[in-house]
Amino acid sequence: MAIGKFGARDAGPVSRRTLLRAGAGLAGGALLPSGLILPALAEDQPALGTWPDGSSGSSVFVGISVPRTGTYAAAGEDLIKGYELAIEHLNAGSEIMTKISPNIKKGVLGKEVKYGIADSEAKPNTAVQNLTKFISDNKAVMVTGSVSSAEAVADNKTADREKVIYLVGISGSNDTTGKDCVRYSFRECFYGQTAAKAIMPVLIKNLGKNKKVAYLTPDYTYGHTVQKSMEEFGNEGGWTKATDQVSPLGTTDFSSYLLNVANSGADVVVNINFGRDAVLSIKQAKQFGILDKMTLVVPYNTPFLAKEVGADTMQGVFAATDYWWTLEDTNPIAKMFNDAFRAKYQYSPEWSANLAYAQIAMWADALERAKSFYPPDVIKAYEAGAKVQSTVGEVFFRGADHQLVRPVVIERGKKPADMKTPEDFYDIVEVVPGEGLMQSPTEFGCKLGSYT
Amino acid sequence: MLSLPNFAAQAFNGLVLGALLALIASGLTIIYGTLGVLNLAHGAMFMVGGYAGVVAYQYSGSYLVAVAAGSLFVMALGLLMERVVIRHFYDRPPEDQILVTFGLGIVYVELVRLTFGSLSQSMPPPSWAAGITSLGFMIYPTYRLAVVGIVAVALLALYLVLYRSRLGMIVRAGIEDAVMVDSLGIDVYRVFMIVFGIGAMAAGFAGIVNVPIAPITPDVGESILVETFVVVVIGGVGSFPGAVLGGLIAGEILSLTSMVDPSYSQVMLFLVMTFVLVVRPRGLLGEQGRA
Repeated sequence: MAIGKFGARDAGPVSRRTLLRAGAGLAGGALLPSGLILPALAEDQPALGTWPDGSSGSSVFVGISVPRTGTYAAAGEDLIKGYELAIEHLNAGSEIMTKISPNIKKGVLGKEVKYGIADSEAKPNTAVQNLTKFISDNKAVMVTGSVSSAEAVADNKTADREKVIYLVGISGSNDTTGKDCVRYSFRECFYGQTAAKAIMPVLIKNLGKNKKVAYLTPDYTYGHTVQKSMEEFGNEGGWTKATDQVSPLGTTDFSSYLLNVANSGADVVVNINFGRDAVLSIKQAKQFGILDKMTLVVPYNTPFLAKEVGADTMQGVFAATDYWWTLEDTNPIAKMFNDAFRAKYQYSPEWSANLAYAQIAMWADALERAKSFYPPDVIKAYEAGAKVQSTVGEVFFRGADHQLVRPVVIERGKKPADMKTPEDFYDIVEVVPGEGLMQSPTEFGCKLGSYT
Repeated sequence: MLSLPNFAAQAFNGLVLGALLALIASGLTIIYGTLGVLNLAHGAMFMVGGYAGVVAYQYSGSYLVAVAAGSLFVMALGLLMERVVIRHFYDRPPEDQILVTFGLGIVYVELVRLTFGSLSQSMPPPSWAAGITSLGFMIYPTYRLAVVGIVAVALLALYLVLYRSRLGMIVRAGIEDAVMVDSLGIDVYRVFMIVFGIGAMAAGFAGIVNVPIAPITPDVGESILVETFVVVVIGGVGSFPGAVLGGLIAGEILSLTSMVDPSYSQVMLFLVMTFVLVVRPRGLLGEQGRA
C-alpha cells in the first residue's frame, strides 16, 4: 500500500497513470480563469448536471417523456393529465398539495414550474433522446415519465449519467429499483414482486389451491420479472405453470398464443400484458372462448382496461393496481384529487394520473425539505424517508433503493348490474400495506451509485 | 403445447393467417410478374386500405361499404401512382424502382399518421359474422372463419380476371413480349396501369378485411410487407398460384411453430424461405428464367 490517501481509496497502489492524470487535473484547474471558479466556490459546490444553471432564474423546467403513440399511448396520455394537474396545483399553491405535505408551498422553493412534453413511443432510444434534449436545451432540473420498464431503465441510466433527478412513470419491472436502480431515480408505483405477493393470497383464498396457470407475458423486463414473481408466490398455494405464452410488445393478433392457452388445460389465465396488448389479448381471449373456461387474473392492471373491454368481461376478475378512484370513500385526499381531476377532465382518474400527480407532489416536498436544487441535497432529502400523505394513505421512499413504500390495491370486477355509475367497475377487495410486501433492497441487486 | 387438439386448432388457425397472407402476396406478385416492378409500398397500401375502410365505416356503419371503400380507394391510389410515378421507372434500374416505391410507402404512412394520429383504429365484424362458433375441437371467432371464405372468393375473382378474361390474355401476352402486343395495336401501358390498380386493390381489400381481426395503426404495413415478401419468395416470384401456395405455407409455419414456441415462428418462416432459396431458387411454383 503506498501514497496515503489515494492508495487507501483505490485499495491498491497508485499507478503512474493515475498520478499523471491527477497532476494534469490540478494543473488544468490552476489555469482556469478565476471568474469561472468563483460562483462554484461561493456555494462550496462545483456545478453538477443542470445545477446551478437550471434553477438560477425565476422558474424551473421539468421534462416529461411518455409514449403518446403505439401500444402504451393511452396510459401515456393519462400520465400527462396527472402531471399537468399537479404542476397547475403546485404553481397555484393549492390546498390539496399542502394536505399531501405541509412542507409544500407555492411553486418549488419559490420558483414557478414550467414543463415540456415529448413522445417516447415507449422506445428506450427515443426516451433517452427526449431526456437528453430536455437536459441540454431546457436545463431541466427534473425529468420524468415512462410506461414501459424498458424505457424507465434507459431513463434511469441517462439521468444518473447526466446527474439530473428522474421520476419513474409507470414501470412494473423488479429491476427498475432492483439491479438497474440508480442514485438519481425514484419510483412511485408498485412492481412485479409486490403485486404477486399482494394478490396471490387473495387468489388462493378465492380460487382455491393447486391451480394450473397459463401466463400471457410481454417479452421484456417488466413481463419476465412479473411472471417470475407470480410463479414464485403461486407455488405457496400449489399453483403450477401450465404454459407461459411470451409475445412481443405491440402484438395485435394473439390467436396463436390463445390457442396454446386454450389447449393447455389451465384453470387460470394470468395476463401480464399491458396497455393495448392487454386490451386486445383479453378481447380476443373472449372470442376464443377462453374466458368461459378459465378465470382471468390481471396482476398489473392497465389504465382504462375495464372501459375498453367492458364490465361484462371484467366481472369477477381479480386485479392488482396502484389506485382506484373509489378509495375516495375512505381517503379525503383521494376525494380532493378525484374532484379536481373530474372538474378538469370530466372522468375519474386512473392510476396513471394518480401516479404522475403523486410524483410531482413528493418531488416538491423533497425540494422544500432540501431547501436547495443541488441534486445531492435533494436526493438526501428523498432518502431521509419522510412520510407524506397520499391518495393511498401514508407513504415514504426507501433510502436504500429509492422505491416508494406504498400499499397495493386489490380489486375485483363488479357485475354490470351492481355498478352504481358507468365508471364503477371494481370493488376494492383489500388494500395491502406496502412494508410487508417488499423484499429487502439488496435482493434484486440494487446498488445505488455516487451522488456526484 | 403439443397435443392433438392443439395441433388441429393451430393448423386451422394457420389456414386463416395464410389466407390473408396469400391475398396480400398475390397483389404484390401480380404487379411484379407483369410490370417487373417490386412495389415496396405494398404494405403501406394494405394499411391505407384499412384506414379508408374504417373512415367509410364511421360514416356508413356498413361493413360492405367499408370493404368496397377500402378496396376502391387503394385501387384509385394505385392507378394514380402508376400513372404519375411508376410509369417513369419501367426503364430504370431495379434499385431506382425499389427506392421510389419505398419512399412512397413512407409518404403514405406519415400522411396517415398526420391525419389520424398513432392510436389504433378498429371496426367490429359485420353482424352476420359476429360472435363465436364451436367447431367441436375448438371454439373459434366466427369472423375469422368468414375471412377464409371472403379471401377464397377474392382469390377466385382475381384468378378469373387474370387467367380467364381478355384482359388477362393481354396481360400474359404483354409479359411474354410487350413490343409484339404493342405492335398489334393494344395499348400495353393502359393494361399495365390496370394491372397495377388491381394489385393495389388486393392489398387494400386485405387491409380492410383484416381490421376486425386486428386493429390498425399507421405502421402495420411494415411487418406485413416483410411477411408478404417471404410468401412471394417461397411461392415463386411473379407466380399467382405460387403466392396462394406460399401464403398457406407461411400461415401454417407461423401457426404450427407457435405451438412449440411462438417466439420462434418468425425465425422458422425465414429458415424455410432460406431452404427454398437454396433448393429451388425460383420458388416452389416460379418459372425458370423469370423474375
